[in-house]
Amino acid sequence: MADLRTSFAGIESPNPFWLASGPPTNTYGQVAKAFDQGWGGAVWKTIGEPIINVFSRYGSVDLGQNRMMGFNNIELISDRPIAENLKEIADVKRNYPKHAVIASLMVESKRETWHEMVKQTEDTGADGIELNFGCPHGMSERGMGSAVGQVPDYTCQIVEWVKEVATIPVIVKLTPNVTDITYIARAAVKGGADALSLINTINSIVGVDLSTFEPQPSVAGKSSHGGYCGPAVKPIALHLVSAVAADPSVKIPISGIGGISSWRDAAEFIALGAGTLQVCTAVMHYGFRIVEDLIDGLSNWMDERGHRTLADVRGRALPRVTKWEELDLNYHLLAHIDQDKCIKCELCWTACEDGAHQAIRRLARDNGGPVVEIIEEACVGCNLCAAVCPVRDCITMRKVPNDYPAVSWKEYAAGKGKLAPRSEQFHTATWTKSR
Amino acid sequence: MSSGCGLELGARSGEHSVLSDEQLTRNFAEIAPPLTNDAALLEANQCLYCHDAPCTIACPTHIDVPAFIKKIATGNLRGSARVILDANPFGHSCARACPVEVLCEGACVLNDRDEQPIKIALLQRHATDYVLEKKVKLFEAGKPTGKRVAIVGAGPAGLSCARNLRIMGHAVTVFESRSQPGGLNTYGIAEYKLKADVALAEVQDILDLGVELKTGVTVESIDGLLTQYDAVFVGVGLGSTKRLGIPGEDLPGVVDALTFIEHLKTHPYRETDVGRHVVVIGAGNTAIDAVTQAKRLGAAAATIVYRRGEADMPCYHYEYELAKRDGCGFRFNAAPQRIIGNGSGAVSGLEVRTGGVSETIPCDMVIVAIGQGDRTELTWPKDHPKIFTGGDCANGGAEIVNAAAEGIAAAKRIHERLTNG
Repeated sequence: MADLRTSFAGIESPNPFWLASGPPTNTYGQVAKAFDQGWGGAVWKTIGEPIINVFSRYGSVDLGQNRMMGFNNIELISDRPIAENLKEIADVKRNYPKHAVIASLMVESKRETWHEMVKQTEDTGADGIELNFGCPHGMSERGMGSAVGQVPDYTCQIVEWVKEVATIPVIVKLTPNVTDITYIARAAVKGGADALSLINTINSIVGVDLSTFEPQPSVAGKSSHGGYCGPAVKPIALHLVSAVAADPSVKIPISGIGGISSWRDAAEFIALGAGTLQVCTAVMHYGFRIVEDLIDGLSNWMDERGHRTLADVRGRALPRVTKWEELDLNYHLLAHIDQDKCIKCELCWTACEDGAHQAIRRLARDNGGPVVEIIEEACVGCNLCAAVCPVRDCITMRKVPNDYPAVSWKEYAAGKGKLAPRSEQFHTATWTKSR
Repeated sequence: MSSGCGLELGARSGEHSVLSDEQLTRNFAEIAPPLTNDAALLEANQCLYCHDAPCTIACPTHIDVPAFIKKIATGNLRGSARVILDANPFGHSCARACPVEVLCEGACVLNDRDEQPIKIALLQRHATDYVLEKKVKLFEAGKPTGKRVAIVGAGPAGLSCARNLRIMGHAVTVFESRSQPGGLNTYGIAEYKLKADVALAEVQDILDLGVELKTGVTVESIDGLLTQYDAVFVGVGLGSTKRLGIPGEDLPGVVDALTFIEHLKTHPYRETDVGRHVVVIGAGNTAIDAVTQAKRLGAAAATIVYRRGEADMPCYHYEYELAKRDGCGFRFNAAPQRIIGNGSGAVSGLEVRTGGVSETIPCDMVIVAIGQGDRTELTWPKDHPKIFTGGDCANGGAEIVNAAAEGIAAAKRIHERLTNG
């Protein structure tokens, strides 16, 4: 069985699956239960001067019948006294010494306040500190959370203050609500951060109740923008994790966060450079029990692929993320329809015809044969037909061999290399209104 | 319990049901109950939204099925019902009684993905029930054209024609010989599929467009109508059930299937006579309706007797399956020879011949379901430019959806004639 043990910036855990800071890590009871069920670590619900929350805090976006495809919240940090949180962190760490227990902190931007908070935290025996520089709602109005994480100088400054007293690893949690996250990541590194975690939630309004015009989640008829998370944000998180992981001036461990719901999601984050995975929304949806398949699925996949440790997987996809200008212009694809699998829904036709490159031909339905076929001279290999096809592997993209060596735009624009011949029939939409 | 409990086989023909009222209500409850809101959303979201969809092609009225299902998925039930009812004025009854297994659902592409097809009929019902319950009026009569059309027969063909003619602004008078409109929708569809109140509510929506309905009026000649109206649509359906032409056919205890079903649908269940041992002659869809309803009324045994083999049965396969699930019996290759009386006028058995061997099947009630004959009491010229036809009298007997499609097509032709000269 694959070895999932993880050492992250010096923090040991039996597996890379940590609970992200949030409602599931609010109390001793929750974290202890999660550890009993197999979670490798937990980042405690952010501690600071206790706040007062509003009633109605979460908003959800469904996709068809799939609930919570996207999720947002306007909940603030912990509403429990600092001392109570710290006592429970100490209790958890004492009772679960092999699990990673991380304290997430957010206090006002004063050096002494941070020093005091960090010292108190270290007394609990916690394995590390996560600085919440990402919370995009409420706390940011008070000069904390993303108000810090959106300004490189503030980020650097507070990390420096924390590192002046911290003896345990310091993780900086980044907000995605910035134009270029690598600037903030570099600022955290400059301030002395031991690791990064990303992404925090994305600014959002999840919807409007059309019977009342109340934005959601509604608090007495009004709402405020909240932090968006859940499966919908995974692609954004993957991009930002890879951008930070590939940045040559970062080079510190990254804890991946953002829509992780299955072991597949986890494996993708690891392949793009994540050292640990943090999960929140999926637990809020289905409970701590999901960790069983996160571990089992990842482990089975690694065994089948011959990856013995997480280090064998980590960052494996990173070299394949490049600039567009490096991509090979002579790599040509053609869509191929397996007519035996085709169920004749014509979704590929309508998608290609209206939404892409008019490269599928319709055939008469009444002859019993195929109803669609690829117009090879018009197909640009865009993947759209394969994406809309409701039958797995019915439409596949096949490489069209040519004798031309690879050439990137960068090379081609510099006068190097030759383009393989391309059809001149692209973009030939003709439409005669019938009747 | 009624006195039928201790009835000796063949002692009397036809008795009221032995079942309790509660049991009867259960037996005639809808076999396809409506979807809940959640179930409808779940189902609607499974639809692939095919382009040029096979389900739409398969429907004789070509309802844009993916469009109405998508509208259910987005919560636009009013728009969904409009798509359905615009194409088919009998969308309510078709949702309950259409043979979707051989039409839209049979054509669903998911069948080719080795999955269950989308529940199109139930989704159609979900959308159309909404406008029925909310009393949403989706259509309006058109600006009056001054043209008048007579429609003979208030069944699905005639009223579909009437509905679209009203939308186009023509005045419409419908003549119906029965006391209630709706034709076989009101009087002849198995009770567990379509109840008369739904059929009548559906008709009322059409009448509300300003259709003049004259019930209890039997049109004896088309000629008189031709002088008073600019066009005449004939949708009179078929005639009565054909005769067997065997001895004993006129015994009490022998009833034709349509009469049996009509009685059941127009009276409290308990008031329809049913034997203890019922034999139904014929194996079409009406025969199935008769045998299942005899069983559901409380017959101890209800058996289809058919002169040909299992594979030759004209009923739909799923109707056969339904009858088997109801516990009905089947006797194939059994040609009826004679209905035997017990001497006091009641039926005691049906003599059949199987492969040259005669045999008597004991029974106290015989239901004849060997198809309807043509309507012979009314004739009309087949190629008169002002006369249009549709429904069973034109197609020889088909589904509601065929009648609706033909009524709509006729309305279009009538409109063209009235507006082009």
